[in-house]
Amino acid sequence: MAAEKRVTFRSPWLPWALLAPQLVVIALFFFWPAGQALVQSLQQSDAFGTSVQWVGLENFRNLWNDETYLASFATTAVFSVLVASLGLSLSLLLAVFADRVVKVSGLYRTLLVWPYAVAPAVAGVLWLFMFAPSVGIVSYLLREWGFEWNHLLNGNHAMALIVMAAVWKQIAYNFLFFLAGLQSIPKSLIEAAAIDGATPWRRFWTIQFPLLSPTTFFLLVINVIYVFLDTFAIVDAATSGGPGKETAILVYKLYYDAFKAMDLGASAAQSVVLMFIVVIFTVIQFRFVEKKVNY
Amino acid sequence: MNRRIVVLTAVAIAGAALTGPARAQVEIQWWHSMTAVNNEWVNDLAKDFNASQKDYKIVPTYKGQYFESMPAAIAAFRAGQAPHILQVFEVGTATMMASKGATVPVGQIMKDAGFKFDPAAYIPAVAGYYTAPNGQMLSLPFNSSTTVFYINKDAFKAAGIDASKPPATWPEVALAAAKLKASGHKCPLTIAWQGWTQLESFSTWHNVELATKGNGLKGLDARLVANSPLHVRHIENLANMAKQGLFVYKGRANIPEASFVSGECAMITTSSGFYGNVKKNAKFDFALATLPYYPDVPGAPQNTVIGGASLWVLAGKKPAEYKGVAAFFNFLSSPEVQSASHKRTGYLPVTTASFVLTEKSGFYKENPGTDVAVNQMVRKVTDKSRGIRLGNYVQIRTLEDEELENVWGGKKTAQEALDSIVKRGNELLERFEKASKGG
Repeated sequence: MAAEKRVTFRSPWLPWALLAPQLVVIALFFFWPAGQALVQSLQQSDAFGTSVQWVGLENFRNLWNDETYLASFATTAVFSVLVASLGLSLSLLLAVFADRVVKVSGLYRTLLVWPYAVAPAVAGVLWLFMFAPSVGIVSYLLREWGFEWNHLLNGNHAMALIVMAAVWKQIAYNFLFFLAGLQSIPKSLIEAAAIDGATPWRRFWTIQFPLLSPTTFFLLVINVIYVFLDTFAIVDAATSGGPGKETAILVYKLYYDAFKAMDLGASAAQSVVLMFIVVIFTVIQFRFVEKKVNY
Repeated sequence: MNRRIVVLTAVAIAGAALTGPARAQVEIQWWHSMTAVNNEWVNDLAKDFNASQKDYKIVPTYKGQYFESMPAAIAAFRAGQAPHILQVFEVGTATMMASKGATVPVGQIMKDAGFKFDPAAYIPAVAGYYTAPNGQMLSLPFNSSTTVFYINKDAFKAAGIDASKPPATWPEVALAAAKLKASGHKCPLTIAWQGWTQLESFSTWHNVELATKGNGLKGLDARLVANSPLHVRHIENLANMAKQGLFVYKGRANIPEASFVSGECAMITTSSGFYGNVKKNAKFDFALATLPYYPDVPGAPQNTVIGGASLWVLAGKKPAEYKGVAAFFNFLSSPEVQSASHKRTGYLPVTTASFVLTEKSGFYKENPGTDVAVNQMVRKVTDKSRGIRLGNYVQIRTLEDEELENVWGGKKTAQEALDSIVKRGNELLERFEKASKGG
């Protein structure tokens, strides 16, 4: 009895015409470049493209034989789990507080949304400045407390630095959606629970959190895609993948090989691998995680 | 109404007459990566050339840093919109050389336009670097630099070291660093461009190969040999200094330079092109010196390796435009222009004549230290020291950075890291050889 509305068109071309703009955009900005990447991943060429040769799967074989590429899967896993979990939980916390703020809530919210307007590369540089080993304000304070901060040579420090920058950059976006989600939960539910004597903690976990699950799920998907595809500028600006290769996540290596080393075959192969990983993750999320979501 | 049409027509005709000669002028696009004072220098060169004749107009355009302008030009070339002249850093040289259909050799351009062009006029290390194995000069040496050593004389005096004689050898550097540290200095020595200064220039300076086949100059089948006992000894030495706090790692590329200018670090190895910055911004007395070496190595010191950039001519343009390029290159090659550029920027005088001219003008006497880089380069080069030109060089530089960081951080021994540089670098060289042979 679900009131699903189905529109039937009498002319066969009208639905296609209505869809066309969207299809053209997708074809131009997704299918065409993705197809190009697939083709290039099977080729090797010099930088100018004056000599191109088909090499079959050699670019992919080179990747599997490259220990540093395989190691960067582990780096990417650590990075994405940290960024997604910290980013989601911190912004949820902030949204819950912002939801309860009565006075100057507008100002509070505006300030929290601001970082979203900052470009990733700028975010990277910003955090780099604060943590620069000799001149950074934070590293100076840390030294005062007897903690020797040196992300130039300490891999854990470098990872912490890019995680902080990436989380900070994404919190605004997550916050916005969490806040909207929280505000769409009917007040009557929470008031009823309060009358029944439920503590704020209990009210959050039994009412708000389950009702937020569609938002949380959506943000999980978006955050994973963000971490996998959109964070290269932060890494490039803050650590350049160093020390050694400790912060060289997959998308950073791809960016580096394509735009700095101009090795298009190798980077195309990496983008194909990355595309598959993101597709698989998204399918898993929709298949299994979505079942736990109450709409 | 009629009168207005007449006036408009007259204006149009006059306009056409005025723009007529300007349209006959051939415009030549020049993409470069020079910023700040060096950007002004490039613009002045174009202005002077444009004022010197009427047929051609050079239009210089800043297209981002070296590693940005090259991909930009490559993308433009693929789209048929390439500039005529492109400034390419030395790390991109092998890539440009391997892209045969994309460039026109400078020797060819000059010959076709009827200009005399003698590669022998150039300093050997400079000319050798930009010349193909068949003897043809492929690009025009423009802004060349090399690796030198800077010391903070005030810091030396404060530590009770004789500042009039900068340490010349690595044992002396270690000794000075220890004294600086004992006097409370937090960063006695730092290193910029670590791969370039401590592996590449280190090799030519000691007359040992970094890679086979004359460091890649003689063929694409060159392979790295940077894990020789001498290389291991040097990196081990630096690692020990790092452990004792005598050498402090400050980052990749030229990032460490800031810590010298601020006075935080007392000694630094970096590019000769750093001179202008120190002279302008350092609030202490400083001195330039030759790169340190190991006195017990036979043949050391030989000569340091070339850096900087050269001008490449891209293919697919009209003959008249190439004539203009040749005229501009001829203008750039005159000893007067080159000597003026050298004095102004601190880049090397690329021809012997311009060096002699600069010396005669008394410039080196008035500006002590400015001749250090020149003296390191103006020497008879050997097959091992002529220069280093490797395919996929950008990635090789990066993996040198990565592996050396592993040493400074104590994660790898010098031997392990250098072995890894050789292994990973050779994979890149093999791939480059293969990609360049095809087609």
